[in-house]
Amino acid sequence: MAVLVDEKTRVLVQGITGHQGRYHTRAMKEFGTNVVAGVTPGKAGELVEDVPVFNTVRDAVNETGASASIIFVPAPFAMDAVLESIDAGIKLIVTITEHVPVHDAMKMVSYAKMKGTRIIGPNCPGLASPGKAKVGILPNTVFTEGNVGVVSRSGTLTYEIVNSLTEAGIGQSTTVGIGGDPVIGTNFIEMLELFENDPDTEKIVMVGEIGGTAEEEAADYIKEHITKPVYAYIAGRTAPPGKRMGHAGAIVTRGRGTAESKIRALESAGVKVAKIPTEIAELIAKDL
Amino acid sequence: MKLYEYMAKEIFKKHGIPVPEGYTVEKPEDIRPFEGEVVLKSQVLVGGRGKAGGIKFASGLEEARKIAEQLLGMDIKGYRVRKLLIEPKINIQKEYYMSFIVDRSSREAMLIASAEGGVEIESVPDEKLFRRTINPLIGIQPNVIRALSYKLGLTKEQAKGMVRIVNGLWEVFTQEDADLAEINPLVLTPDGFVAADAKLIINDDSLFRHKDLEIVEEEYTPLEREAREKGIAFVQLDGNIGVIANGAGLTMATLDVLSLYEGKAGTFLDLGGTDNPEKVKEAFGIIREAPIDVVFLNIFGGITKCDTVATGVVEAMKDRPMNMPIVARIKGVNEEEGKEILRSEGIHAFSTLDEAAREAVKLAGGE
Repeated sequence: MAVLVDEKTRVLVQGITGHQGRYHTRAMKEFGTNVVAGVTPGKAGELVEDVPVFNTVRDAVNETGASASIIFVPAPFAMDAVLESIDAGIKLIVTITEHVPVHDAMKMVSYAKMKGTRIIGPNCPGLASPGKAKVGILPNTVFTEGNVGVVSRSGTLTYEIVNSLTEAGIGQSTTVGIGGDPVIGTNFIEMLELFENDPDTEKIVMVGEIGGTAEEEAADYIKEHITKPVYAYIAGRTAPPGKRMGHAGAIVTRGRGTAESKIRALESAGVKVAKIPTEIAELIAKDL
Repeated sequence: MKLYEYMAKEIFKKHGIPVPEGYTVEKPEDIRPFEGEVVLKSQVLVGGRGKAGGIKFASGLEEARKIAEQLLGMDIKGYRVRKLLIEPKINIQKEYYMSFIVDRSSREAMLIASAEGGVEIESVPDEKLFRRTINPLIGIQPNVIRALSYKLGLTKEQAKGMVRIVNGLWEVFTQEDADLAEINPLVLTPDGFVAADAKLIINDDSLFRHKDLEIVEEEYTPLEREAREKGIAFVQLDGNIGVIANGAGLTMATLDVLSLYEGKAGTFLDLGGTDNPEKVKEAFGIIREAPIDVVFLNIFGGITKCDTVATGVVEAMKDRPMNMPIVARIKGVNEEEGKEILRSEGIHAFSTLDEAAREAVKLAGGE
């Protein structure tokens, strides 16, 4: 198994004819992903990396049976692309696009929930189940098959940590970058629940960062509901308050969202918290 | 983007929320003759200005101009007062609080109101707050406003007035793409509710559809402003190691690792995802102006490829050599090509973050 995506996932790429869409279609195929269709309005009939392009998501779904979508559409049009996919019956939508207006994010996440569709992101690197499929932009080379589930709010920091796991001989079931924006479709708690119920996942790695209270809420959830061992790293321990550290979500204000509060909450829930990213692999290796 | 109070009030008024009839001045002599009392409010992008002495009352023109003289140019928590909002003093019967925020946990909007206004909302106990998540697709419904009015103990007449305020603020929040729309205090006067203060933060990612808004510059350092214009996430810090990395999480983690080895970062520079060496050159252009002793480049290649970054570094050096050591750590997509390019410029690139961080700290310590 693995969670959310596997070899049976039939992937549609929205915005396939753009530079990013094209590049990552190739990379996903190289990873072994079954990319079945692309959508760019006005470009029906073209082929990108041997993948047929359609004008609408509904056409693509009817012709190819696509079940998941990945979105490379620019921010002003991202919500429309997501809504189109939801209405066409897609059940998993990975929104790579960054800088999506927060009110658009709230609307599309709410609509998806109503229709029973899962959104990952926006502003996320997507997800990968090594040996099976990748729906995202994570570099192919860092993964290896195994039984650690990784959930992260970051992009490149996720690659860093997964890479150090792989180098330590620790494989992953599925790695999910949930995104760094204040409003995201799938949060830590929902991913923890999926990993807890996945027979192929034995351990869970959680990568958080300063800002908001998602890690604290996850810690409460872990205490009550998670039986598998959880390891964590929180970025931004040394970030000054009041300064936004890149991500829209990453800011410590009025004492809320500090790394200390997150680390304390996680440790009290029995989570082993690493001081630096590479220490996660060491902590897991110690427990093997 | 935070708006000044006077800008927020103009927008509130447009959406049907009553605000005092005021105007702004940048010079004391621009204050017009008035009857009764006026309030002079310093326009700064920081809370707590009342306590800091930034809000004063005056009952005559001469007094008002004298106070304006003192307020203009004053420093409030690092923000200089450049503008005053002059308003007639309002007759306060009671103060309330109301706001809409983006609630991360529910992923919906949240309406917060309280009969305890005029104070920091964080200090109001939970049981005195009215809090309700508002679905973005449904919007404000009458039952919510009724529940709010009961909770706040409003009379029938007051509750009627409240409908206009809640609906108006919801309109502001949604139509202006706000992260936060807040009235504190919302004042009950003999003529009904008035927004005595207005706070509005527009979502940065939504500014493209609010081109009519005047851009409000936060108090950035000149370097931070330059970086912002170039679309680079940059924060100036107080250490001497200039950090350039790709991705916000990785850049933060780089700061953390440096601090573990007792180094201090002087910059947070997130290249983001880029396929263009030009962006790397621009980043070096910014970082070279910062008071640092070592550059620490930490790249994990994905969208941003290692050789692209290396090419940018080399081109930046060709334009203008750096007169300080560069410690590089590159890993990921096109790692070997990137290392080779850097080697040609005499820059050794490490593979692990730990090794590189230790080297950077060593060089920053002057050893």
